[in-house]
Amino acid sequence: MMGLLAVLLTAAGVALAGDKQPARVALPVIKIEKGEKCVEPTAEMRRNHMNLISHQRDRTVHDGIRTVKHSLKNCVDCHASPKTNSVLGKDGFCESCHAYAAVRMDCFECHSSAPRKAASAPLAERRAP
Amino acid sequence: MSLDRRHFIGLGAAVTAGAVLAPGLRLIELVQARSPEESASVLRRWGLLIDTALCTDCEVCVTACHEENGVSGHGRPATDAQWIRKVGLRDKRTGHAQTLPLMCQHCAHPPCVDVCPTGASFKRADGIVLVDKHTCIGCRYCVMACPYGARSFIHETVTGQKPDVPRGKGTVESCTLCVHRIDRDEQPACVEACARDGGKAMMFGDLGENDGELRERLRRQPSSQLRPELALDTGVRYQGL
Repeated sequence: MMGLLAVLLTAAGVALAGDKQPARVALPVIKIEKGEKCVEPTAEMRRNHMNLISHQRDRTVHDGIRTVKHSLKNCVDCHASPKTNSVLGKDGFCESCHAYAAVRMDCFECHSSAPRKAASAPLAERRAP
Repeated sequence: MSLDRRHFIGLGAAVTAGAVLAPGLRLIELVQARSPEESASVLRRWGLLIDTALCTDCEVCVTACHEENGVSGHGRPATDAQWIRKVGLRDKRTGHAQTLPLMCQHCAHPPCVDVCPTGASFKRADGIVLVDKHTCIGCRYCVMACPYGARSFIHETVTGQKPDVPRGKGTVESCTLCVHRIDRDEQPACVEACARDGGKAMMFGDLGENDGELRERLRRQPSSQLRPELALDTGVRYQGL
């Protein structure tokens, strides 16, 4: 699957650099709304974001480790469009690229695609009475 | 070898400080608040104590739970998810009526975990029984195995989930003891709501080895488990039944 994605992205790059003909498939909309840079380098995120999220999900569900760096909530908080309040939709950060690469994602059948309303205080600051 | 008075007292102080074997190595581990990087610890066993004498005829806990976890129904009581419900008990002979909240009892030996074919139903190190919905195949064995009827199956597509509480069609779910709140050192939503708007009938705490308010109260006062004959060692205890 990742290989396919890489091939598609390369093809897109070639198409961009080459002739002026419009691409057969609309290129993904990659609009970064918030934050200066991602938690990992862009190349790493493009290829391995699914592994990072999947690893973090097991640590969170089974061990209760709720660090935000590689969490899906953290992705959504930065990448949700302020217009639609979501990472989904035609121009949504997640969906537009996944539609382009023809890779189905199941995350948002259960997970919220909207960012958290009030950014919660760092965990260490909230201690039991 | 002889110990003078000063050394003897020093030794005593070291032992009281937590049975220290060597620097950083303790015979009895001290429980401290957990940082986000740390795993849930077996040194805790989270539980509830519910005093039915104080439980009034309100639904504050149910409303708070469903609000916190984004549990909403479709107006179909037979299939709508139910994480916590109020149960009424009435003695037919005397007419004495009681009411109590019933939810996942967070057993130490949970039957739902025993029957799960994929390992999706599991018990966390600190005693909270959860469903990993990433591995749940929706077979509903756990729904049948639970003697308290605590689990629900989601029959219909869910929208508008809370960021902390993912929920989706085709999986089983139940009370999580508000695990996302516990992980940031808060109390479950039902307990908080009961203390604020209800009869102050619920108490959350550590049932484990550590001396805490809940354990102290359980030591001093009588309490019971539901269906004790099943020997499940429930994490939710009741008083006044």
